[in-house]
Amino acid sequence: MTDTAQKRDVVISVRGLRNQFGTQVVHDGLDLDIYRGEILGVVGGSGTGKSVLLRSIAGLITPAAGEITVLGTDMGRADEDAHNAIAAQTGVMFQDGALFSSLTVRENVEVPLRMVHGLDGKLRRKLADLKISMVGLPYLAGDKYPSELSGGMRKRAGLARALALDPQIVFLDEPTAGLDPIGATDFDMLIRGLSRDLDLTVFLVTHDLDTLHAVCDRIAVLAERRVLVTGTMQDMLDVDHPWVHDYFHGPRARAALTTNDTTTKPQGT
Amino acid sequence: MVAAMNDRAAPLMDLETTGSGLCLRLRGPQTVANARALAAKLDQQPDSGAVELDLTEVGRLDTAAAFVLVSFRDRREQAGQEVTFTGLRAGHQSLLDTVARSLPSPTTEPKTPFTFTDALARVGEVIAGGVKFILALLGFLGLFLARLARTLRHPSEFRFTSLVHHAGAVGLGAVPIVALMAFLIGVVLAFQGSTQLRQFGAEVFVVDLIAISILRELGILLTSIIVAGRTASSYTAAIGSMKMHEEIDAMRGLGLDPATVLFVPRILALVITLPILGLVANVMGLLGGGLMAWIDLGISPAMFITRLVNGTDINHVIIGLVKAPVFALIIGLIGCHAGMQVRGNAESLGRMTSSAVVRAIFAVIVADAAFSIFFAQIGM
Repeated sequence: MTDTAQKRDVVISVRGLRNQFGTQVVHDGLDLDIYRGEILGVVGGSGTGKSVLLRSIAGLITPAAGEITVLGTDMGRADEDAHNAIAAQTGVMFQDGALFSSLTVRENVEVPLRMVHGLDGKLRRKLADLKISMVGLPYLAGDKYPSELSGGMRKRAGLARALALDPQIVFLDEPTAGLDPIGATDFDMLIRGLSRDLDLTVFLVTHDLDTLHAVCDRIAVLAERRVLVTGTMQDMLDVDHPWVHDYFHGPRARAALTTNDTTTKPQGT
Repeated sequence: MVAAMNDRAAPLMDLETTGSGLCLRLRGPQTVANARALAAKLDQQPDSGAVELDLTEVGRLDTAAAFVLVSFRDRREQAGQEVTFTGLRAGHQSLLDTVARSLPSPTTEPKTPFTFTDALARVGEVIAGGVKFILALLGFLGLFLARLARTLRHPSEFRFTSLVHHAGAVGLGAVPIVALMAFLIGVVLAFQGSTQLRQFGAEVFVVDLIAISILRELGILLTSIIVAGRTASSYTAAIGSMKMHEEIDAMRGLGLDPATVLFVPRILALVITLPILGLVANVMGLLGGGLMAWIDLGISPAMFITRLVNGTDINHVIIGLVKAPVFALIIGLIGCHAGMQVRGNAESLGRMTSSAVVRAIFAVIVADAAFSIFFAQIGM
């Protein structure tokens, strides 16, 4: 299914990944490639380890076995400096934003910028304001604390923090979970637009079929402890694995497909 | 830390004067790491004539550098001077456009200077806040008593398991620290008392000193302070984190009353166990004092007991222990009340927890002072 993409630039490559907690094996022999500039959507039933995969690649969990290469760096063998360099090139948006609750939104976005030497406070604040504005938050939201924001705004603020250092790769954990349909669509468009404008590679974990259809270039299905299949939405419809079939042929999937076909293709912001 | 992005060694740009004005040729990666240097360099340029920014040789361009370039252009154009970007690649063009499109327009509220009236208003706010707090606490006491009365009428609603659990955590768990503290206080009193009293040859009065001070005041007061630190904080943290995670709302939604389920067992556990802890402290304090009196002054245990029984009024013990339930009520109310004040973030949980401890200790000491005056007035 990825034959057309063979010659593309691989930014993340996972080989033989194994994750286990106690006796419970989450991943076993998982292989996955992510190409530059694409938006990859990862789906799978509950408990198939979508978030665990995200955390392993983002370096938040050390896998039991296997090799993860991010931007040419083997994460298993890399020293701390190399890890930090990769961390600056990747950004993670957690499910509920995971903002630091004692800091304002602007201060949250400034946190990664503080690690850059030779950036004065004034410019740092302006850059934070720019990022806040880029994710579609009003200027005054920068002065607010996370508890004063709605769930959707918190997610946007989390995205602004993930984008603070202009990473090449962003990991998004369920970006549209808990948003109303309008907010979710807006967020989809935001991701699409930012990924194009900032040349981002996006790894997103989602349950939202609309997001998969509207945003993702490629879909990876997690099942049976590995990546069962990858491909476009169209490819998914032809897979005859029972879970994949149920997922992409269920009533919700059909609704998502029909509504998205009648509307125009996403235009970004 | 961002070592990979920190190659600032290469010069940022070349300058060239063309016929119409200035041409700046930017070079190498333009990223957040050298954004400040770039901004400084741009600011140094003479502000006359048109400027051409040539980005042909720029490698990586990120939003930070793009922001600096776009703000430079906007500033110049406001001053009526032309700025053009040349040699843009498609990616750079779209980035500059994106940044230009999303430039934030600061809309700050005007700041008013701080005046004397503001200071006065703040003092008023603090005082009103204090009064409000006391009233709220009083309301909380009423709620607790009402729910307690209700559980007396409907004993089936009472959370007996919860009461036993909290009594164990609050009472039994505090026994070691309370016992050790009281023992040491007894030792210290005997030691200090004996050095002072020896000057007058009145060593034997050290027994009265220890007995009265421990039984009447120190035993229960210090126990309460320890319990306030231990228990008020744990009540606030437990209830506060439930509040944070909307568990309290869930309870209300299920038709459970948080006051009955959470506050009554907790406060009642304190009211029951604090007098017992006070008794433990009294015994251990006398033990410590007696031991020290024996070692330091040669007052034998038998003599100590005789002197203690004959010379000390039972009133002292009663006065000491009467205070215990009141202190327990104060500590429990403040702890639970502070827990309910927690708002949605982790910081407010921490703030309320520490403020619960401070308020509980302060309130216990104030109540102790009030008791002293009261008992002095009625001649006990």
